[in-house]
Amino acid sequence: MTRTKLVTISAGFILVACMCASILLLNRVDQLRPQATLEEVLYLPSPKVLRRMSLGYDGLLADIYWTRAVQYFGGHHAVGAMHFQLLAPLLNIATQLDPHLVVAYDFGANFLSPPPPNGAGQPQEAVRLTNFGIENNPNEWLLYYNLGFIYYMELKNYAGAADAFSRGSQIPGAHPFMRILAAQMAEHAGEIETARMLWTATYQNSKDKNIRANAAAHLRALRVDDDVAHLETLVDEFRERTGRIPSSFAELQIPGLNGGTPVDPLGNPYKLTPYGHIEVQHPDDFPFIVNGAPPGYIPPKVPKFLPSD
Amino acid sequence: MSARIAYIASNTFREAVRDRVLYNLIAFALLMSGAAILVGQVSFGIERLVVVNLGLSAVSLFGIVIAIFIGIGLVSKEIEKRTLYTVLSRPVQRWEFIVGKFFGLAGTLAVNTFLMAIGVFAALLYVSRQFHGTDGWIAVALYFSILQFLMMTALALFFSSFASPLMAAVFAFALFVIGNFSEDLRGFAAMTHGLQRWLATGAAYLLPNFSALNIITSVAHEQPVSSSLIFYNTIYALVYTAMVMAAGVLIFQRRNLK
Amino acid sequence: MPAIEILGLEKTYSVGFWRKRPKRALLPLHLKVEKGEVFGFLGPNGAGKSTTLKLLMGLVFPTSGSAKILDMDLDDPRMKARIGFLPEQPYFYDYLTGQELLNYYAQLSGVPGKERSHRVATMLERVGLKDAANVQLRKFSKGMLQRVGIAQAILHNPEVVFLDEPMSGLDPMGRREVRELMEQLKHEGKTVFFSTHILSDAEALCDRVAVINKGELRGVGAISELTSTVQGKIEIVWRGTAIPAALKNMNAEFFVSGDSVRAILPEQQQEAALETLQRERLHLISLTPLRTSLEEYYLQKVQQASANATQTAAGGRA
Repeated sequence: MTRTKLVTISAGFILVACMCASILLLNRVDQLRPQATLEEVLYLPSPKVLRRMSLGYDGLLADIYWTRAVQYFGGHHAVGAMHFQLLAPLLNIATQLDPHLVVAYDFGANFLSPPPPNGAGQPQEAVRLTNFGIENNPNEWLLYYNLGFIYYMELKNYAGAADAFSRGSQIPGAHPFMRILAAQMAEHAGEIETARMLWTATYQNSKDKNIRANAAAHLRALRVDDDVAHLETLVDEFRERTGRIPSSFAELQIPGLNGGTPVDPLGNPYKLTPYGHIEVQHPDDFPFIVNGAPPGYIPPKVPKFLPSD
Repeated sequence: MSARIAYIASNTFREAVRDRVLYNLIAFALLMSGAAILVGQVSFGIERLVVVNLGLSAVSLFGIVIAIFIGIGLVSKEIEKRTLYTVLSRPVQRWEFIVGKFFGLAGTLAVNTFLMAIGVFAALLYVSRQFHGTDGWIAVALYFSILQFLMMTALALFFSSFASPLMAAVFAFALFVIGNFSEDLRGFAAMTHGLQRWLATGAAYLLPNFSALNIITSVAHEQPVSSSLIFYNTIYALVYTAMVMAAGVLIFQRRNLK
Repeated sequence: MPAIEILGLEKTYSVGFWRKRPKRALLPLHLKVEKGEVFGFLGPNGAGKSTTLKLLMGLVFPTSGSAKILDMDLDDPRMKARIGFLPEQPYFYDYLTGQELLNYYAQLSGVPGKERSHRVATMLERVGLKDAANVQLRKFSKGMLQRVGIAQAILHNPEVVFLDEPMSGLDPMGRREVRELMEQLKHEGKTVFFSTHILSDAEALCDRVAVINKGELRGVGAISELTSTVQGKIEIVWRGTAIPAALKNMNAEFFVSGDSVRAILPEQQQEAALETLQRERLHLISLTPLRTSLEEYYLQKVQQASANATQTAAGGRA
């Protein structure tokens, strides 16, 4: 049956070859259409129309738009984009189709409000979205937390933040820290400790790995800022005492280190410059630090997020 | 060899025509004319949008339905009625038969789409009074629809080479729906981990990517289509079609005919 | 070189959804058919005749064994160009006219373009369908379908023709026409392999027959030999209803019907019986020696318990 065998082999070969080719081509086509499907969200007359068109499969469609929102943000973030115009519409559609999609509100709160390139820079949109979420899910204390967070971090509206945390603390089942945060907000709004509490809370309560990575990076930055401030105080004290700049950390005799070198949150030793400043070894690892970067340091276009710890 | 494929293809075309497939054009024509007239009365400013959306969507849907239902019948009808016996007892190889059927249906769909295109452009002319430069993209959208039909025909033939007609129709239609969300599927796959990720990614890449060929909305908004997208989509559709046909041939080669 | 050589072709199906039970449609079959023979393949329904034909046509793949037609493999297109096949209760593309159908088949069989229309017209005339050339097949009667079926089987002038139950569902006129066609094929020197369960057709047309039952070959033999055994009996028919006393002693059987008597008696009594009839002035209608009929051979072979799984036969009596 050699003729049959010949056909079988040829067909098998074509099958495998075309399979590989089609996968490669798909990649290429995907690259050429980064936002094509998404841009149509700009053309949708209203989410209500979409709901009617989805013929009852709202939930599924909501999930699809939610996935697209995540992919969209991730893709843009990875290239350091400065515009995220489709994020709000995508999240709006997802939540209009499924108002109980809490992860969408969570994502929006964390990534709609921060300024680019870490977010869409639309804190008011974030507030609006979160309020919509609260309206439809009044027992979801996490949403109140998110609302307070936005008010605090981006809008610097400490009164609004305190109010949100306070309302949230009254939900049965709310995390105890809600009440603590409400109080903290009222009295110590501007302090680093408050920020640290909030980022820790976010980190611990979110399951989304993007949100956790973001929170971890912020926490590390706060730690670095703290360390640098503390170490530079020690340097100033030394200079006052001895009249010169210390040449090594050992001379500072930092309590608890026994003459060793202090390390940053990632385990790399800090640098003591000849001018008495403290710097981190790899500034790229700490996207949000205020102190500790070398002078003239320009952060990379694409902020580096390490995986959430 | 190629002569036999051509004979089978032209016979398939003749069968489709005599089976009154082209009557669907009448339904289509009615739809388009009705829409064109109505839209002028009802909405102002978006007549063009509606006509393009409706026309292209109807072309796509009609074509897919024809591709599925006739495509499945191509093989199963011949087996059921045993007309296949007298064909295969001749120097016609099984793969020539399947390939010939494919070209016959593909030709039918191409002709059908071409006639529908005339209908769409006629309706468009009616509501806009003249052609715009961007109307050319509508032709591209129609071309992409034809590519979709090629892929769908191959899939219908593939399924009917081993499944019952009903199951084949279900599978084919399911693949059409899923294929339209193919990009989302790849997005989903990227968010999973481990074994699930491998399986999901594998499936997402093997499923037909109809979403890339569906540019109806952007064409309706007069967005241009990049020529490299046209190029790569064409190659992809042809390669994918060849892949599915090869699989269908392999299965049909070994099938015992009752 | 034999026209058809079947070397142990076997087909077993597995039936059932969960626990697959094997169903043996054809036990290993060994058979040879020489060129120019008209070979009858006899058996009751479900015996495996159609399975054998489907295996030979490559529609179904054997579980084991092989076969050659005109010394070529079953999937060889060169071989397929030289055979013709008429399936059982055939159905053709009903949206085509008679002429279009034959033209299509001619195309697929590789009949050159120039000859095609001539060949098609000749064939239509030969099977008596000239007037139906432009009639769609969905309007054909059963007899017409059978005739167009034979036409498609022979239009490319094949050397071997396979017919599966060519007479099924035909009225006596239709059967007569098909028989005539088959005799013509025989005169043209073609090899004809056909399956049937109508013995009179086989008897009239075949050189050799094979009997198959329950997937197993039961016997093969030349018609002339199988039916040549003279039983040693004769049959005498005369007018009237009288039975002479002298004949009653002759170890005979008598059947009276209407106005004639039919007697069956041993061959040796032939002379004595004729004398008696002459004496009694009874009018002789016929005198016939009785032979073993194909029917008896057939029934014997079908009913005998399955002896061997395989029987090799190349022309001998089984």
